[in-house]
Amino acid sequence: MTYLAKPKLLRADTPRNALGYTRRDYEGAISTLCAGCGHDSISASIVQACFDLDIEPHRVAKLSGIGCSSKTPDYFLGNSHGFNSVHGRMPSVLTGAALANRTLLYLGVSGDGDSASIGIGQFAHAMRRGVNMTYIVENNGVYGLTKGQFSATADKGSKNKKGVVNADSPIDLAALALQLGATYVARSFSGDKEQLVPLIKGALHHRGPAFIDVISPCVTFNNHTGSTKSYDYVREHNAAVNRLDVILPKAQIEASYPPGSLRRVVQHDGSILHLRKVGVDYDPSDRIGAMNHLQERHALGEIVTGLLYVDSSGDDMHAHLNTVEKPLNQLGDAYLCPGSSALAALNASLR
Amino acid sequence: MNTRQAIRSTNDFVIKFANINGSGSASANELFARAIMRMGVTVSPRNIFPSNIQGMPTWYEMRVSGEGWLARRGGCDMMVAMNPQTWDRDVAELAPGGYLVYDSTKMLPRSKFRDDITVIGIPLTEMCNRDYTDVRQRQLVRNIMYVGALVALLDIDLADTERLVSEQYRGKDKLIDANVRALRLGHDYAREHFSCPLGLRVERADAVGDRIFIDGNSACGLGAVYGGATVAGWYPITPSTSVVEAFGSYCRKFRTDPDSGKARYAIAQAEDELAAIGMVIGAGWNGARAFTATSGPGISLMQEFLGLAYFAEIPAVIYDVQRGGPSTGMPTRTQQSDLLACAYASHGDTRHVLLFPEDPYECFTLGAQAFDLAERLQTPVFVMLDLDIGMNERLCRPFDWDDSRRYDRGKLLTHADLEAGKEFGRYLDVDGDGIPYRTIPGTHPTKGAYFTRGTTRNPYAKYSEAGTDYVYNMERLRRKFDTAKTLVPAPVLTKASAPTRIGAICYGSTGPAMAEAIALLEDDGIHVDTLRVRAFPFSDEVMDFIAAHDHVFVVEQNESAQLRTMLINEGEITPKKLVRVLHYDGTPITARFIAGRIADELVAFKVSTLEPHANPLRKVAP
Ligand SMILES: Cc1ncc(C[n+]2csc(CCOP(=O)(O)OP(=O)(O)O)c2C)c(N)n1
Ligand code: SF4
Ligand SMILES: [Mg+2]
Repeated sequence: MTYLAKPKLLRADTPRNALGYTRRDYEGAISTLCAGCGHDSISASIVQACFDLDIEPHRVAKLSGIGCSSKTPDYFLGNSHGFNSVHGRMPSVLTGAALANRTLLYLGVSGDGDSASIGIGQFAHAMRRGVNMTYIVENNGVYGLTKGQFSATADKGSKNKKGVVNADSPIDLAALALQLGATYVARSFSGDKEQLVPLIKGALHHRGPAFIDVISPCVTFNNHTGSTKSYDYVREHNAAVNRLDVILPKAQIEASYPPGSLRRVVQHDGSILHLRKVGVDYDPSDRIGAMNHLQERHALGEIVTGLLYVDSSGDDMHAHLNTVEKPLNQLGDAYLCPGSSALAALNASLR
Repeated sequence: MNTRQAIRSTNDFVIKFANINGSGSASANELFARAIMRMGVTVSPRNIFPSNIQGMPTWYEMRVSGEGWLARRGGCDMMVAMNPQTWDRDVAELAPGGYLVYDSTKMLPRSKFRDDITVIGIPLTEMCNRDYTDVRQRQLVRNIMYVGALVALLDIDLADTERLVSEQYRGKDKLIDANVRALRLGHDYAREHFSCPLGLRVERADAVGDRIFIDGNSACGLGAVYGGATVAGWYPITPSTSVVEAFGSYCRKFRTDPDSGKARYAIAQAEDELAAIGMVIGAGWNGARAFTATSGPGISLMQEFLGLAYFAEIPAVIYDVQRGGPSTGMPTRTQQSDLLACAYASHGDTRHVLLFPEDPYECFTLGAQAFDLAERLQTPVFVMLDLDIGMNERLCRPFDWDDSRRYDRGKLLTHADLEAGKEFGRYLDVDGDGIPYRTIPGTHPTKGAYFTRGTTRNPYAKYSEAGTDYVYNMERLRRKFDTAKTLVPAPVLTKASAPTRIGAICYGSTGPAMAEAIALLEDDGIHVDTLRVRAFPFSDEVMDFIAAHDHVFVVEQNESAQLRTMLINEGEITPKKLVRVLHYDGTPITARFIAGRIADELVAFKVSTLEPHANPLRKVAP
């Protein structure tokens, strides 16, 4: 995410990551979103996470649907291929892309309208299928791009800008993701980068479907009193269950934590999730407990954030389909075409 | 049988089996068809089945043609009536002088028969109950038993038929024994009780040659394997389901890595057709050859995505096995009624490439070629078959493949190209053929990445709302479509035996009926040149053909003359010149229908070479 075109020259002391890239190498086109839009902060967090993780930008494929949120992949990772598909259908396009090449990192970006309204079917089935991806919903409770209608995540009783009260029950995408088999489920707030950046990092290092619901206020249509997705409301009702640090296998730093305050989860690639306790005793390996916790706190008007659930032993769709290690899009003719001799035998069996 | 002579015919008749679906009759009937083919005689069977799993009536209609015609003939010379539910209509359908074969275990009143047919009662159930104890087996061998009787009645080679049984159940000796025994029981009963052969009979010939017998859907599945498809996204729908099933079984055979046992393919059963085509587009964008198979309702659901693939220029292959529409229509009957829905699929100005295979051989070849075209043209390509060739086994040329052929991956920039500093504008027309260059995600760390979108963009893939950028792009897409004309399979021209100003255009599964109709017309002194169109956009030969004839019949299996509309639209043809010949009741079109309609129309045009009274083809019912 970049607001202003920056000068090309870099200062000598500009920080570089292990690949020699600067943060700017992870940025994209200039954002056209409203100033202060939560979505831009999420883009910045994605840039930060990828820079910190030394990810080669071209190893990422970023996909989205349609909406203000779905425009954002143009505004980060300019050296990655991006695909702004159709409204609500990013999950199927991402699934197909992931089938074609299992070695890239797949980052799906969507909105609450895109995923919870028009696209809830595709959202659900991508989770069920175990697609190896990081799926971020930039959740503002409204359709930003079509000027502020309620979306399916808008809380019952919340008010739109004109004071109209939403009568429909909300869909909690994080709760759905838990129920549908996602193996990494988190919720965060675009205004809390300290929480969000590590959650994105953990997701990018996760194998299987990783879902992050990020409350991301729409400053233009849903940031007023009476909205439950405004900056103020989210700050006041944020109930984090933990704080995450992601430690890569190559970094040998061992921070010290008071006893009993830390959970350690080792993911399939050796990355370690350090979950620091915040207040409550929360077990992120208990799927059903997580679902209960979300419902209980929602009933109290709280917004539960943090890493809600993680299962690092899960596999993904390629494992289910038993596909070869080599990406399918790189198999040459000789691996694909059985040739004329096989046909001769086949013809003989058809007479 | 007293009022009429029994039909006498060698190697030229229609036999129909009336069964109950789910009763295991399909494999027995197929065995019967193969037994005749083993005698070197051409057969073309067709399943007529309901949209139901068990208990509903089904028919297997089989034409035996010494002259080698493969189209449906119509009429019925012999009925094997195994379904009490449909008895009355089955008996009524039989031609005067025809033969009725039935299970005579239960006595039926005289009123249930006709006196102008030959009735052949065989106590099938009784014989099964006597000789077989297992209940399920009784039902299955009952089917083989009537095949045995037919072998005797029609003078088919018993040894050949027994060999077929052994091939079918290879390795399952118990089943072979049970079936061969049933075959002989039926055979011997017929020999003992009737004078065999009947007036209808099969005589050894040499008309089959090295042809193979397979259904078009399986051939498409195989074509996808040979065409290099690695990703399939699909949602089940009749009559297309067996395309992906066949792809799966051929892949298990040909695409399992011998060392690791892992799959060199991925098949994802999607939650609906939107997701199916979405997966195909995602995979195509990412450089894998991908396809889906569907039918009309699925095409309707895919519309928005098809527009995206067209505009964002992403290769995709869609096998559309057409059935009767609109809506759920006639899900188990055949039609060619999705042409317009596919050719101009999605909102805005779109045009798509369509291929029209005639038979399983072309399902295989065009089914494979579709992937080269899709990547070369970076666009969706539709393989438009229909239920008639998709779900029926048909004799066709054996499959062949040129081992020196390499997949045409189209204009793909590699890491080396980018490294060498090649300029990359994703939507730039570098070569003047309208086809831009593309890169695959992950190709190069710093070069060649671009943002794919369905919105307008400039030649460098940057978002744009400028009219000039929009027009540049649309004109380029038009040029690309013109390029497609030169790449798609050419039409097949068949000249009449004498020069003529009358032409006929057909496509897809209509081919065999068209060829036979032309022969019927020739017999009658009417000469018609035919052109079988194999693709849209239409190549120049198609328009040249129309220009070279005064009247051109356009023969189609839909109600609204969809190909005709496309010809008029794309070729700026005077509509009057293109005469509709339309068959759309869900049954496959017949030669008699086509010839009758053409003859009638020619009379109406007062084409001078014709003597109306000398035209026996007039007023032939469809
Ligand atoms: C098929 C279709 N229907 C409607 C639209 C119009 N549309 C564009 S974006 C959008 C809503 C987007 O909402 P959301 O996903 O929450 O994104 P936000 O703009 O709030 O970030 C709608 C309805 C469309 N693009 N496509
Ligand atoms: S309308 Fe709302 S969601 Fe869209 S850019 Fe503006 S603030 Fe963001
Ligand atoms: Mg929204």
